[in-house]
Amino acid sequence: MPRPRLAVFKFASCDGCQLSLLSLEDELAALADKIDIVFFLEASSRVEPGPYDIALVEGSITTADDAQRIRQVRRDAEFLVTIGACATAGGIQALRNWADCDEFLATVYASPQYIQTLATSTPIASHVAVDFELRGCPINKQQLLEVLQSLLAGRRPRTPVHSVCLECKRRGTVCVMVAQGTPCLGPITHDGCGALCPSFDRGCYGCFGPSQQPNAASLTAQLRLLHVDTRTTIRGLRGSFNGFSPEFRSEGDRLAAEQSGDQST
Amino acid sequence: MTQHDRESSPSMHETRLLDKQDFQKLVDLLWDQGYRVLGPTVSQAAIVFGEIRAIDDLPRGWTDEQSGGEYRLKRREDDAWFGFVVGPHSPKQHFFPSRVTVVAADRDGDAWRMRDVPDDEPPVALLGVRACDLAAIAVQDRTFMHARYSDPIYRRRREQALIIAVNCTQAASTCFCTSMNTGPRCSSGFDLALTELPDCFTVEVGSPQGAALAALLPTRPADPQALRQAEIARQHAVDDISKQLDTNDLRDLLLNNLEHPRWSEVATRCLSCTNCTMVCPTCFCSSVKEVSDLDVEHVERVREWDTCFNWDFSYLNGGVVRDQIRSRYRQWLTHKLASWVDQFGVSGCVGCGRCITWCPVGIDLTEEVAAIRETPV
Ligand code: SF4
Ligand code: SF4
Ligand code: SF4
Ligand code: SF4
Repeated sequence: MPRPRLAVFKFASCDGCQLSLLSLEDELAALADKIDIVFFLEASSRVEPGPYDIALVEGSITTADDAQRIRQVRRDAEFLVTIGACATAGGIQALRNWADCDEFLATVYASPQYIQTLATSTPIASHVAVDFELRGCPINKQQLLEVLQSLLAGRRPRTPVHSVCLECKRRGTVCVMVAQGTPCLGPITHDGCGALCPSFDRGCYGCFGPSQQPNAASLTAQLRLLHVDTRTTIRGLRGSFNGFSPEFRSEGDRLAAEQSGDQST
Repeated sequence: MTQHDRESSPSMHETRLLDKQDFQKLVDLLWDQGYRVLGPTVSQAAIVFGEIRAIDDLPRGWTDEQSGGEYRLKRREDDAWFGFVVGPHSPKQHFFPSRVTVVAADRDGDAWRMRDVPDDEPPVALLGVRACDLAAIAVQDRTFMHARYSDPIYRRRREQALIIAVNCTQAASTCFCTSMNTGPRCSSGFDLALTELPDCFTVEVGSPQGAALAALLPTRPADPQALRQAEIARQHAVDDISKQLDTNDLRDLLLNNLEHPRWSEVATRCLSCTNCTMVCPTCFCSSVKEVSDLDVEHVERVREWDTCFNWDFSYLNGGVVRDQIRSRYRQWLTHKLASWVDQFGVSGCVGCGRCITWCPVGIDLTEEVAAIRETPV
């Protein structure tokens, strides 16, 4: 049986997620025996045209060219997996979605007329059908391995959808929110990091995006009881890698609307 | 038996005194006998189970303040050694580990060879177990040892363990053991039970192992005054308890109110974050997954704590059964307080209050029950 052909594509992103593939040092050789990596510009000059059995897509769509290119990737790929917060939620660059992009361009670039960009940064799934979304900023390399393994075995990938809290408790980490009043997005965030931040005495920043059916409104009400400034909460929800995910965004927008309502009265 | 014999070898249910200055001897003795001693320690801004090698490892002079969604470690005005109540960890952590490999398999040509993965945890002595947790251990024993199937990991760890309980001399605002008839007095399920006094501990013997241990310690007979002092100290805990759960007809109340509007109301607050079930000393759910190497030559079956608050815990072929927070909260509460009784003959709740303290939004099961009781449908 020929090895499945894998391609790695980059859109607007920092490359950190695709590097996770390279940082699978212990497994990379065994993986290369099973999967033919035919297109991975970060790692090799080998550039083979599609079709591909598996496409790993990193990054968000921020230019008209990219919006076209992702369509070709979709056509070429049997199974399209987005990797990371940019591809899955729009990334930190989605901050522009709440701002005036032309104003940014005029402020940053001496000759903004040479810059061609869309006014928004959007996830891959807003443009083409996605078969599986692997979360995280960056992704967890063991989870990437699990996804590839599951594709090879023809089964569903087993990546958890539960909150970060579950993992805190499994590892015996004391809750920083309850014991110290530290704001934490863990109760509405998808596990994947193994509850890293709380184990270092910090609240969760939401790197892996919203968990399944997150109750963001209840958490933000609790943050208010903990005397967290609403602007800080809005920044925590919208101002991070997964800020444009529907669940974080809608709660952040709701609080922002509430706040501007408060200010106008 | 001579008078002298009775003084030097304590018998079952006898109460003796151990001076605080001799307490280190108990700790040393336990380590010498091959036990890993786990007890209360200050760590991560809370009092959690950790290794006790010296009495200085104990949270002497510390206490906790607890309420819904809030826990604070505080300095005491005195130097009490056990002047606090239960923290986020419980004995469950040890007997029912949160992640463990239960079996492995290796490929052998076309066949698979199953391989036992021995659990090599050394025996532990749990120091400072409270009455509610003794009751919780008894509840988990029913599930893991006394049901039709017995869990080998749980059984081994449990049978090897030694339990040195401590009677509470204060309670948190979240404690309601008196409602559940589980505390605050330690009445069974321990090898030794201590009550702290300013200069000594009363030591009550609860098992032959406890008696053998006490015989090796420099204890002395308890004088009536010390016994009275201990009684007063324990009464403080009883007097401190403010929370109540009315258990009258509780099973029927809940099962007859499955469509009560309160379930929807609590679902607006509940994060379905799983914390309550994780900290509950009786919750026993887990899920099992198989982890293989890339070549699928070696597979390990790993068991992890899981919970009914997890969205995909009720996944069956075709979909998730409890697809709303409302149904997940209801599942938890009705199992804990109602159908647990049908299943195991006891309530699944021992009144330790952990689920209240460690719920990030402070949801209190006693308030949820009271609300349903107030307006049954
Ligand atoms: S520290 Fe954060 S993620 Fe961990 S249990 Fe508390 S709220 Fe949940
Ligand atoms: S519930 Fe009772 S036994 Fe448990 S810690 Fe509180 S007072 Fe002690
Ligand atoms: S009751 Fe509290 S701890 Fe339990 S799942 Fe709901 S929010 Fe989390
Ligand atoms: S349900 Fe809550 S109070 Fe009852 S035993 Fe569990 S954690 Fe303790």
